[in-house]
Amino acid sequence: MSGHSHDHDHQHDHDHSTLSEMDVRVRALETLLTQKGYIDPAAIDRIIETYETEIGPHNGAQVVAKAWAEPEFKAWLLQDATAAIASLGFTGRQGEHMVAVENTAEQHNMVVCTLCSCYPWTVLGLPPVWYKSAAYRSRTVLEPRKVLADFGVALPQSTRIRVWDSTAEVRYLVLPKRPTGTDHLSQRELAALVTRDAMIGTALL
Amino acid sequence: MNGVHDMGGQQGFGPVLLEESEPLFHADWESRAMAMTVAMGASGQWNIDLSRSARESLPPAVYLSSTYYEIWIRGLEKLLLERSMVTQAELDAGQLITPPVKVNKVLTRDTVDAALKAGSPTERPIAQAALFKVGQKVRALNMHPQGHTRLPRYVRGHVGTIVSLHGGHVLPDQHTLRALPPFNVAVEWLYTVVFDGTTLWGAGSDPTVEVTVDAWESYLEAAA
Repeated sequence: MSGHSHDHDHQHDHDHSTLSEMDVRVRALETLLTQKGYIDPAAIDRIIETYETEIGPHNGAQVVAKAWAEPEFKAWLLQDATAAIASLGFTGRQGEHMVAVENTAEQHNMVVCTLCSCYPWTVLGLPPVWYKSAAYRSRTVLEPRKVLADFGVALPQSTRIRVWDSTAEVRYLVLPKRPTGTDHLSQRELAALVTRDAMIGTALL
Repeated sequence: MNGVHDMGGQQGFGPVLLEESEPLFHADWESRAMAMTVAMGASGQWNIDLSRSARESLPPAVYLSSTYYEIWIRGLEKLLLERSMVTQAELDAGQLITPPVKVNKVLTRDTVDAALKAGSPTERPIAQAALFKVGQKVRALNMHPQGHTRLPRYVRGHVGTIVSLHGGHVLPDQHTLRALPPFNVAVEWLYTVVFDGTTLWGAGSDPTVEVTVDAWESYLEAAA
């Protein structure tokens, strides 16, 4: 939740003049759809709450940490990511058909959606603005090394880069390389090392 | 359609701009826009392909000058107007003027979690054998349909290699042909196809790059 209640009848206590055009437009739409009986504002609240507090990159980090720690789980993840990820309880919207791709010394993987903003919500939550930007969508398939440079990432020229354009309902999760010197860490500690961008392929660990 | 949304390989958009400690939403209306779009999707009055089609057929100048959730709201309004679920006068007034149409389902607070957990899988049983196998060379068709498609322009006409098969999936190009339920469902094999960067972008491009797309069978033909 965003910390204050939304009223749905325009009787809010803000000064109208401080509201953006989009704020007014979206409030009007929500009021209308509620009056029509098409939506329940409490359901809207619950959807927001879910993505603000429950579904996010911490889910994906758990998947990655488990794959690093348990070779059998890693094999399952690479073979049938949908089932392996579902075994941790992460299923559903924008993660119905999952594929995990492993970074190695030979191949680095990056994920993009050139046509819209397809992104594995079940394991990463909602995408950041840059992922949805025209710059990222246009350039990643054309010049991924230059895009990586925008993120401060430089890969050896000997590493092949495979860019996965999410053009159907398959959603991709990058399995980053496990950092060296982490043999002694628990899965919980390993998960804390895993970043969202590493699971998109725009960061290294 | 060859829309402005088909951005792969376009140039001139500048660097990827990163925001330190980016919030999940940049305004309250963004969160309401996201959740209303999700909730209205559950109403069953359209499908995901129709909603993508509504966004990508916005006028190009509007698409490029709108923020992400603005595009979602414009797309949602368009879907509602097309089905006479709301009128422009109602959108302008932010008030009900005409009675609602009947919808299949209204999400409540109690049904949200199950709906999100279930999602909307697009895989379907498929009886016929797959036309292509892993390792086979295929050419992405040089096609320019007027309607919705998910074959990006930058691979059209180029030869790639089948990487994997994903079973039968609902074909977006057909799924958008009927605006209201029951939707037009055609199921085809879905493949991941990999292309060499130099095939797509020419001899001078980075030889260490490969790009994959997910492509339905009717987007592809066997290549010698």
